Amino acid sequence: MRSKPFLEVKNLNVAFPTRDGLVQASNEISFTVARGETLAVVGESGSGKSVTSLAIMGLHDRKRTQISGEAFLNLESGPVDVISADEEVVRKLRGKAMSMIFQDPMSALHPYYSIENQLVEAWSLYNEGSKEDGKKRAIEMLDLVGIPDAKKRVEEFPHQFSGGMRQRVMIAMALINNPSLLIADEPTTALDVTVQSQILQLIRDMQKEFNMALILITHDLGVVAEVADRVNVMYAGKIVENGGAEDIYYRPDHPYSIGLLNSIPKIGELESKRLVAIPGQPPSLINLPQGCSFRARCSFSDRVPNNLCATTAPSLDEKSSDHFSRCHLTEAELVEARKEIGGK
Amino acid sequence: MSVFGIFAVLPVDPAALTCGKTCTPTIIEANRHRLGLDVPVQVQYGRFLKGMVVGRHYGEGAAEFKCPAPAFGYSFNRHECVTKLIGDAFPITFSLAIGAFILWISIGIGLGIVAARNKNQWQDRLATAFVLIGTSLPTFIVGILILLFVALKFHLLNPLDLGRWISPYQDPVGWFKLFIFPWIVLALLFAATYTRFTRSNIIETSSEDYIRTARAKGLPERDILRKHTLRAALAPIATIAGLDFAGLLGGAIITETIFDLPGLGRLSLKAVLQDYDLPTILATTILAATFVVVANLLVDIAYAYLDPRVRVA
Repeated sequence: MRSKPFLEVKNLNVAFPTRDGLVQASNEISFTVARGETLAVVGESGSGKSVTSLAIMGLHDRKRTQISGEAFLNLESGPVDVISADEEVVRKLRGKAMSMIFQDPMSALHPYYSIENQLVEAWSLYNEGSKEDGKKRAIEMLDLVGIPDAKKRVEEFPHQFSGGMRQRVMIAMALINNPSLLIADEPTTALDVTVQSQILQLIRDMQKEFNMALILITHDLGVVAEVADRVNVMYAGKIVENGGAEDIYYRPDHPYSIGLLNSIPKIGELESKRLVAIPGQPPSLINLPQGCSFRARCSFSDRVPNNLCATTAPSLDEKSSDHFSRCHLTEAELVEARKEIGGK
Repeated sequence: MSVFGIFAVLPVDPAALTCGKTCTPTIIEANRHRLGLDVPVQVQYGRFLKGMVVGRHYGEGAAEFKCPAPAFGYSFNRHECVTKLIGDAFPITFSLAIGAFILWISIGIGLGIVAARNKNQWQDRLATAFVLIGTSLPTFIVGILILLFVALKFHLLNPLDLGRWISPYQDPVGWFKLFIFPWIVLALLFAATYTRFTRSNIIETSSEDYIRTARAKGLPERDILRKHTLRAALAPIATIAGLDFAGLLGGAIITETIFDLPGLGRLSLKAVLQDYDLPTILATTILAATFVVVANLLVDIAYAYLDPRVRVA
C-alpha cells in the first residue's frame, strides 16, 4: 500500500477579503501525497487549484489572505505545519523541501540575469560552496533536464531560450536543491503541443530520479490519464471528487466529473457531433449559495429527495473503495447517471 | 547649423549692436569687418567651423586678438571670446546640476522604495503628499520662498555671495553654502517625479511572475527587493536620470536666475533677451544639444549593460 504521505493537507481554507465580500477561493481541502506519488488536480479556471498550492508554498500575501487549516510536511526532522509556521520557517522550506514551477516560463525567469546567475542563486541558498561549485551543479542540472550544450548555454539569458527550453530551466532550478515535493502549476499550458509531452515526460523522469511527491495542476484530462496516480477534481473551491486515476477516468462518481469526461471529443467517432459541454457557469465564490455548489448545473439533482441539494452541502464521502465524492446521490444512482450520459 | 541659419536671417544687425547710440556708420562698418561679418553667410559658417578646430583671429595689426581653439566666436557685447564665457559659466552650472542630481536621486528613489514597501500606509500617503506638492509648485515660487524665507532670513546665505562663484577646491564650505539652496529647489521637482516613478515601477515589478519565482526559490524578502525587484524597476529610471542630468547641464535658467548664479542658463538667457549676443547663443545651444546627444548615447550603452535583452548579438 501507500507509504506515509509526505504532504498532508487537512481542512485547508483560503479566502480573500475584497470590496464585494469574502472570496472563498478554496474550501475544506484535504488530501495527501506521498513521495513517488503523483496527484493531479483538475478543474476549470477559478476552481481553487492554484490558490491551494500557493497556500501550501506560503506564497500568498498573509496580510491580504485568510488561511485556516493545516498542511503538514513530514520532514525527516518531524512534521511542520506550513500554514501555522513562522513565515521565516516556511521560507526556508521553499526551494529546499518543496518547489514549484509555474504556468508561463516566458515570464517566470528574471529577464536581466543569466541562467547561471539564477540557478546558482537558488543553489547557494542551501549549499555551502564557491560560485564554481554552484556553476558545476547548475550545468549538471541543465544536462539532466535535457538542455543541449549546457556548459555554454548556462551563461546565456532567458530571452535566448525557447519556451520549452525555459520550462526545462525552470524545472532545473526548482530541483537543484533536491526537493521532496514538486508542485507543477499547469507546466505545459503555455507551450506548443509537441513540446508539452516532452516536458511532461521530463517531469515524470525527474520525479523518479528524485523520488518526489508531485502535485500536477492541470485542466488537461489527457495529462491526468497519462501520469496521475490519484486525482482531485475541484469545483468552486472544493474537492468534489478524489480517487485513483483509473477510478476517476473510467468510473467517475460526481456529476461534474462525469460531465467533464464526457466533454472530451473522442477521435474515431463515426458521426460528427457537436462538442458536449456542461451547461451553465461556475458560481461566484463570493457568498456561495447554500447547498451543493454544482446544483445549478447538475442534471441529476432532481433525483435527490427532499430538495437536499439546495439545502445541505454534501460532504466528501467514500462512494466505493478509496474513491470519494461530494454528492448526495448513492453509488448506484451515480452508476446509472454515468450510463445515461455516456450513452447519449 | 540650423541655429547658425536662423541668425543669418534675423532682422538684427550684429555689427550695429557692437557699440552704443553714438555709433557712426564708419565704426559699425569697421567692426563688421573686424568680426568677419562682411563676408557671405556660407563663408562665415566655414570660418566658424574652422575656428572650432584651430582657433580664430579677429582684426589686424594692433587691434588683432585671438580666440584659441575651440573658438565659438567672439561676444561683441562682452568683448570676450565665447569659449571663455562658457568656461567661466560651466563650473557653476555643473556644480548646480551634480549636487541637485545626487540629492534628487537619493530622495526620489529612497522615498519611492519606502512608499512602495508600505503601499497604502501612512508612509505612502506622506510620499504622495510630497509628490503632489513637489510637482505642482513651480520652481520660481519654491525658489523665491526658500531664498527669502529660509536662506536669507536665517542668515544661512550671505547676500554678498550671490552672483559670485566660489570654487569647491578653494572654499568647500563656502561652495556648499552657496549651492545647497539651489540644489534643494532644483531637486524638489525632480525628486517628486522620481518618487512617483520609482513607487509605481516597484509596485508593478512586484507582481511580475519572476518575483514570484524568486520567492518560490526561498529567497528572503530583502534579497528579492534588492536584487530582483529594484534591478528591473530602476533600469528605466536610469535612462530618464541620464537625460534629465544632461538637460540640466545645458543650464537651469529659473534656478540660476533666482539665486543669481552666473551659469550657462543665465548666460544664454541674457544673450537672448538683452544683448542679441549671437555667438554666445550659438555656443550655448550647441553645448546643450551636445550634452543631450552624448547623454543619450551613454544611456543607451548603460541600458545595454542593465538589460541583456537589448544587447547586440
